[in-house]
Amino acid sequence: MNNVLVYCELSEKNTIADISLELCTKGRQLATKLGCRLQAAVLGSNVKAAAESLYPYGVDDVYLADDKRLSPYRTLPHFDVLSKLIQDQQPDIVLFGASSVGRDLAPRIASFLRCGLTADCTSLEIGSHQDVKAGKTYDNILLQMRPAFGGNIIATIVCPETRPQMATVREGVMKKEILDPNYKGTIIPVAVGPSLDKADKAVEILSREIEEQKIDIKGAQIIVAGGYGMGSKENFQLLHQFAHLIGGSVGATRAAVDAGFAEGERQIGQTGVTVRPKLYIACGISGAVQHRAGMEQSAKIISINTDPEAPINAIADYTIIGDVMTVIPQFMACYKNNLK
Amino acid sequence: MSFKIVVLAKQVPDTHNVGADAMNADGTVNRAALPTVFNPEDLKALEMALRVKDRMQDATVTVVTMGPPRAAEIIKDACSRGADDGFVLSDMRFAGADTLATSYALSQAIKQLGKVDLIFGGRQAIDGDTAQVGPQVAEKLEIPQITYAEELIDVNATSITIRRRLERGTECVKATLPVLVTVTSAANDCRFPNAHRLLRQAKDETRLINADNIDADMERLGLKGSPTKVKKIENVVLAHKESVVLQPTDEALNELSATLIKEHIL
Repeated sequence: MNNVLVYCELSEKNTIADISLELCTKGRQLATKLGCRLQAAVLGSNVKAAAESLYPYGVDDVYLADDKRLSPYRTLPHFDVLSKLIQDQQPDIVLFGASSVGRDLAPRIASFLRCGLTADCTSLEIGSHQDVKAGKTYDNILLQMRPAFGGNIIATIVCPETRPQMATVREGVMKKEILDPNYKGTIIPVAVGPSLDKADKAVEILSREIEEQKIDIKGAQIIVAGGYGMGSKENFQLLHQFAHLIGGSVGATRAAVDAGFAEGERQIGQTGVTVRPKLYIACGISGAVQHRAGMEQSAKIISINTDPEAPINAIADYTIIGDVMTVIPQFMACYKNNLK
Repeated sequence: MSFKIVVLAKQVPDTHNVGADAMNADGTVNRAALPTVFNPEDLKALEMALRVKDRMQDATVTVVTMGPPRAAEIIKDACSRGADDGFVLSDMRFAGADTLATSYALSQAIKQLGKVDLIFGGRQAIDGDTAQVGPQVAEKLEIPQITYAEELIDVNATSITIRRRLERGTECVKATLPVLVTVTSAANDCRFPNAHRLLRQAKDETRLINADNIDADMERLGLKGSPTKVKKIENVVLAHKESVVLQPTDEALNELSATLIKEHIL
């Protein structure tokens, strides 16, 4: 009772999806703050190994429902098992990935339990809330922050009266971190009920086509972006090495994409994707307004440019004046040194 | 036998044109201050519904929306594109509803229509991006849902086959009717309004419905029926940046990377 529960999604390889590991790390922080247990729900087929892989992230209990009708994911079978589990265990908080699975399942669960659900949270904290009108104070509740109105405002949402408090979070927004490789949790088997039969028959999967992992830089926390100033597709390779070293993704301006230096999926700006990583490193980017529109909300911006007057420098926290092809290797060396 | 299709649609503020007066002091949306549009993914849903209607004999498409009386504009628009009729759930008692209270009101309204075979809606609305109302209406009606629909593959009197988006790929699913389908922006664009339909449009195609017409528990409507509360709203203000200009010396870069590591940015 009153624990934090993470609904875990499975990858195509039947391992726990990254988004769910990220949620476990966040869930661990929330559970520690609340002094309760972090629990996970794993629903699938042959998923005991996946369930056990959760322990290092600080998961205390894994509810495990193992049944071939639970794989691949379909709404009603998962809804059937998870809604009953939540009713039985009465967690205080339930977290879902804001993926095509989490955004399919979580609202149906929230509707069934008649509780609140906040979509696409960018930050989750434990705090208190005062309802002035009712003259009531709620302590240790979940404060759910999310952007609204096309990113023009940040709203903090609370669900003071109903339980569980539920939220979805997009992949890449929270950081996954091993708490302790030797952390020991336990598996709690969940029996599937006869109602699964009916849920199983509602929707049938006729065929599935799984694509190669597509490039998706939207959720990246660190982005190394290159512009036309990178000069060539070969030079762009340096950005990939740099991004790999610091755990980031590679982005590009429209000019760089048009010149064939990078794939269209990497384009950042008004006609590409909008990103707001915690660190944006602009390499050889002059900073046209259309590009800035897609990245100016990054928490920290570093510009590497030969031109001290490049418009991007005006919104950069740090500007390094120099040639990208020499500055980046230099920076990589300094970074490695500092890690030691 | 008639075949009944419902399309859930929303008139939404155009989030590309948000002014300072867009929010009320209590954290709800000041819709009067915003220009409005037909929610883009709801138009895609309408098109999928019209494609079903094209293939099925005696099929009708009814558009259901909730909002102020002026939301009737999107019903008129939908009818000019091929929908048969529609109604607006409009009542101050619906005001301030979150997705749970909204889906309750919509599902109660749909229940008044008798037997419904198919319900379509956009995956999400551009003013909230929650993607919650579709699945919640399906749950309240106790029917299956197919979310993230991209293409109508097949439909007949008893089942529908849909191609839907997965995180990494697509799948084809077949469901027995009735079912609720939410449609993404990847689906076909909606057909254009037809001039003849526009001209002969009768006023009685659009009805206004209030909370007394849907057999609702008033406690589950509007702000009262909404478990989520807005605690705080902050405007995103772009702070004026103090830019530090560095020369590419080892010393400067060393210090920068050390600072970024210390601040947990790297």
